[in-house]
Amino acid sequence: MSAPEKHIEVRDLRLNYGPREVIHGISFDVYRNEIFGIIGPAQSGKTSLLRCLNRTIDFTPEARVQGTIRLDGRDVRQDANVYALRRKVGMVAPLPVGLPLSIYDNVAFAPRCAGMTRKSELDVIVEQCLRQAALWDEVKDRLNSLGTKLSGGQQQRLTIARALSHQPEILCLDEFSIAIDPVTTMRIEDVLRTLRQDMTIILVTNLTQQARRLADRTLFLWNGEVVELDRSEVIFSDRPGNRKTYDYVNGIFG
Amino acid sequence: MESNSTSPNLAVRKAARPGWALAGERTLEILIHLCGISAILFVLGIFFFVFKEAFPVLGHEKFSLSQFLFSQEWYPTSEVNKRYGVLAMIAGTFSVTALAMVLAVPFGIGGAIYISEFCGAKTKETLKIVVELLAAIPSVVWGFIGLTVMSRLIVKYTGAPVGVNVLNGGIILALMSVPIIVSIGEDALKAVPDSFREAGIALGATRWQLIWRVLLPAAKNGLLAAVLLGVARAVGETMAVLMATGHAVHIPHSLLDSVRTLTANIAAELGEAPVGSDHYRVLFLTGVLLFLITFVVNLAADFMVRGIRKK
Repeated sequence: MSAPEKHIEVRDLRLNYGPREVIHGISFDVYRNEIFGIIGPAQSGKTSLLRCLNRTIDFTPEARVQGTIRLDGRDVRQDANVYALRRKVGMVAPLPVGLPLSIYDNVAFAPRCAGMTRKSELDVIVEQCLRQAALWDEVKDRLNSLGTKLSGGQQQRLTIARALSHQPEILCLDEFSIAIDPVTTMRIEDVLRTLRQDMTIILVTNLTQQARRLADRTLFLWNGEVVELDRSEVIFSDRPGNRKTYDYVNGIFG
Repeated sequence: MESNSTSPNLAVRKAARPGWALAGERTLEILIHLCGISAILFVLGIFFFVFKEAFPVLGHEKFSLSQFLFSQEWYPTSEVNKRYGVLAMIAGTFSVTALAMVLAVPFGIGGAIYISEFCGAKTKETLKIVVELLAAIPSVVWGFIGLTVMSRLIVKYTGAPVGVNVLNGGIILALMSVPIIVSIGEDALKAVPDSFREAGIALGATRWQLIWRVLLPAAKNGLLAAVLLGVARAVGETMAVLMATGHAVHIPHSLLDSVRTLTANIAAELGEAPVGSDHYRVLFLTGVLLFLITFVVNLAADFMVRGIRKK
């Protein structure tokens, strides 16, 4: 990480839901192959920020986005092929959403949408992604059973496998551990440490300790504004740049 | 108001609920129970009474069940040789229903998808109201439209000798089934959680891919129910098909042939058949047959749904 290369550039990003402004013009960069933590209380705009990044915000009719987000230097809102853009960004939601399809079809969904139809190629991707998400050994004998029948932790790993299936450059995890047990959380955290060699990871989390364990740099977002962005050692030290950060991280916020 | 100051007393009063309150609750419980099982009683009751009227003819020497089912000769009022074959009417019912479904299912599911996924909030409200209105039009009005408007159009554009035929009945039944399929299908699609949509979109699915690969599989049970209610309406519909199909006892060879359906036959002839006569009893037997058809359709649907679930 000697010469960090900018992977995502956010400039003056402003987001309104109708008359209510939820993100007030924030700017920051995310470097390639880093784990970028975003912490902050509920309603501070973390999830909205992710939705701007892969433009699923387009489906909220009253949302209005200003400013720019550049991915590899290209403005995501100018990107003509929004579907290809979304495939560059893997997204894992807080609660696991197993689509009502078989385990195999869940993972093969995105490649199929992208036009891949050859069974042999799909087989390779499905196995590879399930292995990456540390789920393969548990499900390899029942790939054709419904993904929704897996346990919560397994389903969350299935959604991670699914997010990896379109070979994203960026993996966004939105409070992925909210519905799973600590042991599974640790397993997934190990997975993330491996995955960072291939992609940039944005980790939105309510658990400040998780950001401390994983993130290279951490951004503290509060009420739609950046309070502080720095190396995690600094954010979680006794002496972060902002008093508010210290209070939040140490649970004396308020 | 007074209970505010005397909260200990309130607790005591609560603990000692009067006997009549408990009895009332018990009565309500029994009533609810009755409401629940009444459906079973009604189905059994209807089957019993219809079958009771039909049963004596089964033992009759001049009547044979195979003739009833496999002959197309329907001469219930012949002086010399009464024959009761309903094959032509079975064919009539199936042809009209099949045509109606071929037209109504794609339209109905398409309409449901449009209302649920594509149109704006305002259009959605308007469309839903109009569709519900369409479902509320009495069947005799539909029959009237078939008899006058549709039949003239059919004669004009197809050159058929008569305008009341399979095509006419099928279109009318399709028009009657579409609103049901649309409104129940829309409910089914609406019941699919938004998180599925978000997940699909985030995986780079286009709108169409999302519908095809996520929403339809997720809503398939509800959509199947919508289609089956449409079928049930088409099979059971009487007045509209009586007016729109021409009422000719005849196995159809083309869409432009007139037919008679099982239901229309009962409606038209029951009034003239002397109570207790063979004719009367055969008409009731036709009712039993209809009952069995719907039963089989429902059962098949049940198995399909269960098969889907198991997977």
